[in-house]
Amino acid sequence: MRALYDRITALVFALGLLIAVAVPVPSAAGPYEDALAGFTTDDFADTFDAIDAVVASGNPLATPVLEALQDSRLQFSAAEKKVFIKTKDAALLDAATGQPAAGPPPADLENVRLNNRLRGALNGAIGALTLMAPDPARRLSAAQSVFRTRDATVLPAVEKALEAETNARVKKALNEARAAIIVLAEDSSADDKIAAIAVIRERSDQESLALMAGLPANLAPEVRAAATDAVAKIQSNLAIWRTVQNFWYGLSLGSVLLLAAIGLAITFGVMGVINMAHGEMVMLGAYTTYVVQEFIRTRFPELFDYSLAFALPLAFMFAGAVGILIERTVIRYLYGRPLETLLATWGISLVLMQAVRAVFGPTNKEVGNPSWMSGAFDLGGILITYNRMWIIIFTGIVFVALLAMLRYTRLGLEMRAVTQNRQMAAAVGIRTARIDALTFGLGSGIAGIAGVALSQIDNVSPNLGQGYIIDSFMVVVFGGVGNLWGTLVGALTLGIANKFLEPFAGAVLAKIAILVFIILFIQKRPRGMFALKGRAIEA
Amino acid sequence: MLNIVKSAAQRPNVRGWLSAAAGLAVVATVAASPAAAQETIKVGVLHSLSGTMAISETTLKDTVLFMIDEQNKKGGVLGKKLEAVVVDPASNWPLFAEKARELISKEKVQVVFGCWTSVSRKSVLPVFKELNSILFYPVQYEGEESERNVFYTGAAPNQQAIPAVDYLMSKEGGSVKRWVLAGTDYVYPRTTNRILEAYLKSKGVAEADIMINYTPFGHSDWQTIVSDIKKFGSAGKKTAVVSTINGDANVPFYKELGNQGIKATDIPVVAFSVGEEELAGLDTKPLLGHLAAWNYFQSIKDKGNAEFIKKWQAFTKNPKRTTNDPMEATVIGFNMWVKAVEKAKTTDADKVIAALPGIEAPNLTGGISKMLPNHHITKPVFVGEIRADGQFDVVWKTKGLVPGDAWTDFLPGSKDLDADWVDLKCGNYNKVTKKCGGAS
Amino acid sequence: MLTSRHPLIHLLDRGAVLFLVLLGAFAIAIPVLNLLVPAESGFHVSTYLVSLFGKYVCYGLLALSIDLIWGYVGILSLGHGAFFALGGYAMGMYLMRQIGTRGVYADPILPDFMVFLNWKELPFFWYFFDHFAYAALMVLLVPGLLAFVFGWFAFRSRVTGVYLSIITQALTYALLLAFFRNDFGFGGNNGLTDFKDILGFNVQSEATRNSLFFISCLMLAICFLICRAIVTSKFGKVLVAIRDAESRTRFLGYRVEAYKLFVFTLSACMAGIAGALYVPQVGIINPGEFAPANSIEAVIWVAVGGRGTLTGAVLGAFVVNYAKTYFTSGFLAEYWLFMLGALFIGTTLFMPRGIIGTYNHWRANRAERKDAERDGAPPLASPSAAE
Repeated sequence: MRALYDRITALVFALGLLIAVAVPVPSAAGPYEDALAGFTTDDFADTFDAIDAVVASGNPLATPVLEALQDSRLQFSAAEKKVFIKTKDAALLDAATGQPAAGPPPADLENVRLNNRLRGALNGAIGALTLMAPDPARRLSAAQSVFRTRDATVLPAVEKALEAETNARVKKALNEARAAIIVLAEDSSADDKIAAIAVIRERSDQESLALMAGLPANLAPEVRAAATDAVAKIQSNLAIWRTVQNFWYGLSLGSVLLLAAIGLAITFGVMGVINMAHGEMVMLGAYTTYVVQEFIRTRFPELFDYSLAFALPLAFMFAGAVGILIERTVIRYLYGRPLETLLATWGISLVLMQAVRAVFGPTNKEVGNPSWMSGAFDLGGILITYNRMWIIIFTGIVFVALLAMLRYTRLGLEMRAVTQNRQMAAAVGIRTARIDALTFGLGSGIAGIAGVALSQIDNVSPNLGQGYIIDSFMVVVFGGVGNLWGTLVGALTLGIANKFLEPFAGAVLAKIAILVFIILFIQKRPRGMFALKGRAIEA
Repeated sequence: MLNIVKSAAQRPNVRGWLSAAAGLAVVATVAASPAAAQETIKVGVLHSLSGTMAISETTLKDTVLFMIDEQNKKGGVLGKKLEAVVVDPASNWPLFAEKARELISKEKVQVVFGCWTSVSRKSVLPVFKELNSILFYPVQYEGEESERNVFYTGAAPNQQAIPAVDYLMSKEGGSVKRWVLAGTDYVYPRTTNRILEAYLKSKGVAEADIMINYTPFGHSDWQTIVSDIKKFGSAGKKTAVVSTINGDANVPFYKELGNQGIKATDIPVVAFSVGEEELAGLDTKPLLGHLAAWNYFQSIKDKGNAEFIKKWQAFTKNPKRTTNDPMEATVIGFNMWVKAVEKAKTTDADKVIAALPGIEAPNLTGGISKMLPNHHITKPVFVGEIRADGQFDVVWKTKGLVPGDAWTDFLPGSKDLDADWVDLKCGNYNKVTKKCGGAS
Repeated sequence: MLTSRHPLIHLLDRGAVLFLVLLGAFAIAIPVLNLLVPAESGFHVSTYLVSLFGKYVCYGLLALSIDLIWGYVGILSLGHGAFFALGGYAMGMYLMRQIGTRGVYADPILPDFMVFLNWKELPFFWYFFDHFAYAALMVLLVPGLLAFVFGWFAFRSRVTGVYLSIITQALTYALLLAFFRNDFGFGGNNGLTDFKDILGFNVQSEATRNSLFFISCLMLAICFLICRAIVTSKFGKVLVAIRDAESRTRFLGYRVEAYKLFVFTLSACMAGIAGALYVPQVGIINPGEFAPANSIEAVIWVAVGGRGTLTGAVLGAFVVNYAKTYFTSGFLAEYWLFMLGALFIGTTLFMPRGIIGTYNHWRANRAERKDAERDGAPPLASPSAAE
């Protein structure tokens, strides 16, 4: 969003400037005007040629025209054979002159359409044109798109920009772009190429490897040697990063599992209750997010980035309230009969799923990522997506908060007491029924929070919870009941093991292997990794 | 275990059994009660309304109801009103067979519109053959089948997969040289990918330039696979992903693609199972330019389409309700059935089956689709790019209508087979041995 | 109570006799009404109902096998669907091999799905499945062996209660994922379908359907008798003792693991038989049968009918499945999950003994009251005091 906003302000500024100084408008048809005609045929091939021609024309209007094209703001009238730029505030400018269009807008006004090939060409063209832009972020993205397109005709522009550049990051990107062009160019000298390879070797990522792989066959031997050497270096570098990346993916998967399972761990640990409707609590949390976002979208669109902050407490309260309702109306009559509880909660899960289906319809609902959860950044050789990163952080916060609650609050103390020995806890005056209801509410509320997080990476559909319930059980059982640390270690172990297996075995076999491992592990330690010592857990 | 259910071993009880027997008798009489006198023509609707497939199939149930409503407004068929019989096979495949049997033999429906997954179709096939009824199947599928009692109005592989790949290989599509075939592990992706693999190799694509990946149903953690795709795609050749990933798994897949910054200009993804409905659950801005190949898009500018969308949204009382390709296939199938019944002047299955090949019905994109002797239809093929508003922008289409091919030419097992229910009366005629393959 | 009675009377008390008589009547009446009564008659039973009831009988057998371990030994298996499905696959493989050249590709050996996945030869685990005897053996052996190995580990390490339930669920889930894989060689998601013959008879003919229905009833009767024999014997008493107080039974010197393992394996074999009979009647076997939800549903049948009553399990399977058939048609179709969910909740809350169990309980109470009135003696302690 930010980049777009910048681009638009820059554009408006540029246009204002153009109009203010009243650029001499060539009255006769020049190459630029001829080029514009290519946009009026609604044919991708013509548009492609038109982009090249507009760039080649060197007309100062080229940049605004191409940027308008990129943002679907370039419109044409086939009848009048005219092209228009629609500004952000919906004013129509004649693309040929840059002046506001005279007369009423033509009836057959349509956007100039793009396809991927055009978008690619356009990125390169705009990149070349914006290498000297005042905003460093735009210069950086321009340099990066030149690195990708490796368009040899841009080389002079890159070199010029390189001389003027002061920003270190942009300078590096420009250098790499220059190297990419040189290394592929037919006419550059062997020394230049070797120097270029060194630059690319330093970059050392997947794209540099791609670049090296695409080198022509007819290289000078010393260049070839440097290239081979660079490839080896890049590959070994990537191999290390791949391990780091697998670890990160595992951490991310583990944190999702932890988030889904931690509520279950509490209810299971404290009450010995198998809550098959736990997944549906997660789903309710996700739907709460959806409702909150819809409300914000229609009423307060400017608050969209904060939607999750509103959704979190609401999801906690809503899922928690549903949890307490279930506990009060069904589960409390089933204490001491864990297997019956399992069946009743399964029934509840069916009812909840169908209810959501009846209210919201069976299709997926759109839950958007706020801007701070979209996209990714590079950390060394790995790509870290913001949504995964925030979910890991968020899981950590939930975990610590829960731990603190159990450790330092009265409710936590009472919950621990009930977990360890229900009879004794009751004997010392703890109202176990109240603790049960609150525990169930807490577990469900946390599931609701998990739903808010999962809505960011998964489908929001009535089936959402079903996908996580079995995995959650595995985590709880594997980690050991009644012990949050067990759940943490369990979730992370399973997540990381899964991600390290996946590259060799594939997603399905990795999952099967994990399940078999858990079955075998339970034989070895029937109470999980961190078995709780106490009497209440006898099922 | 605190609660112990008492053993009945030593407590004989006659009455319990009598009541149970009475219950069974009620069961039997209720189930066996004869169908109401036939003043209407009954139309069966066999789509899952609950379970995992409800997400896709519920819309098709509504479509059939909508079409029946429209037809009744025009006076029904053969002077009789149509009556929908809706059942819920609940995404459970054996239940599909049971419900199909119920529709045909108990409810006496004259035709059934239904099924989405191949397995549900395979499950009901023997029932339709045995009871000699008609099924219209509206979803794109893997081909390799042509049955007398089934009419396939969705795309065969040559009406979706191959044209899409052709487009990507063209200059306009980006001259793709390297391919990732990613799919959910079930029959449709497996077969489609095998066909595509053979096709790509026939076009000179090397083994090393094809990566095939399968994931389970509902796969939600795409981090590894998306980064693998990214890695595969950075080998210096233009790469594209052909996705046969099924329904539910698509949203997390596309979210991961968007977040890992795979842009359509770098590695385009062309999907065969992602339509307007699936995109409704997604923020499509990061997906701008990724592709889908279908025989219909809601955004296609056509008078018939605009009218259909208007009526449909009025019928569902939802001005934002989307339309999609399997809906169009249902519509075409329904109209073809109506025309065939009117031509045969009866709803008798044998006569309608005989009347159907050659029947023409307008599709919603301005063309006229025709039922072929192999029980598939002719369709145009469109490649659309995802727009920011969740619709598709058609960037390419076939010149004319493509006839559906039941047996692909790119698999060794099926290239000798041909289907023709008009002259050969056979769904798997072997062109080499000149024999009808299956004995039945 | 009255332990001096003849063992046969023990085995066949009035409830059991009534069950067998009704089952026998059912097994004979349905085929007769289907085959001999003309279709126009109001008493005619359509072929649709024959295969529907055949399916119910198979579910009844599955429920029976679950009741044996859950009702009498307290093992709640949430993965019994796995044994059912494995039995079904063994039968399905036999039926696939019988198709021969009638498949769409007319390959004499390879099933269609292998031809179209370009497999060149039959995988070894498909060998010999063209012989019915071998397939029948596998129907028992595969589920039995899996249950034996699984149980051997689980019971020896004293995995009990919910832990056992959850790992049985993991087992069936793992199998679900495995069978979904096309590379696994069982037809992937489509499973095995389009069967033609069983033992030379056309599976779709009415005679075959009725025979299969009859055989299913017969197997249900046999398995019911086996279960009765077990639960009424001394062996059965030990099982109940294990259910009620496992540690105490162990301290008394019984080898709890061996008892559990035997019953668990037997129960898995029964589930396998149920699956094998189910497949030719519904015409398809697919990995969906491994879904944990299916196994849980089967447990619900037992709970609804009455846990620990054997007859109740069968009744429960009939009632729940009939409700499912009924509610998934017509205008109720969109609401049937509400009904099913409400049934689960209602049963566990208000009728924890299930239909038969509640009835027995009520009768026992009434009999005691009558006894007390007649004899003027204080009523005996209710057997349900064990709670």
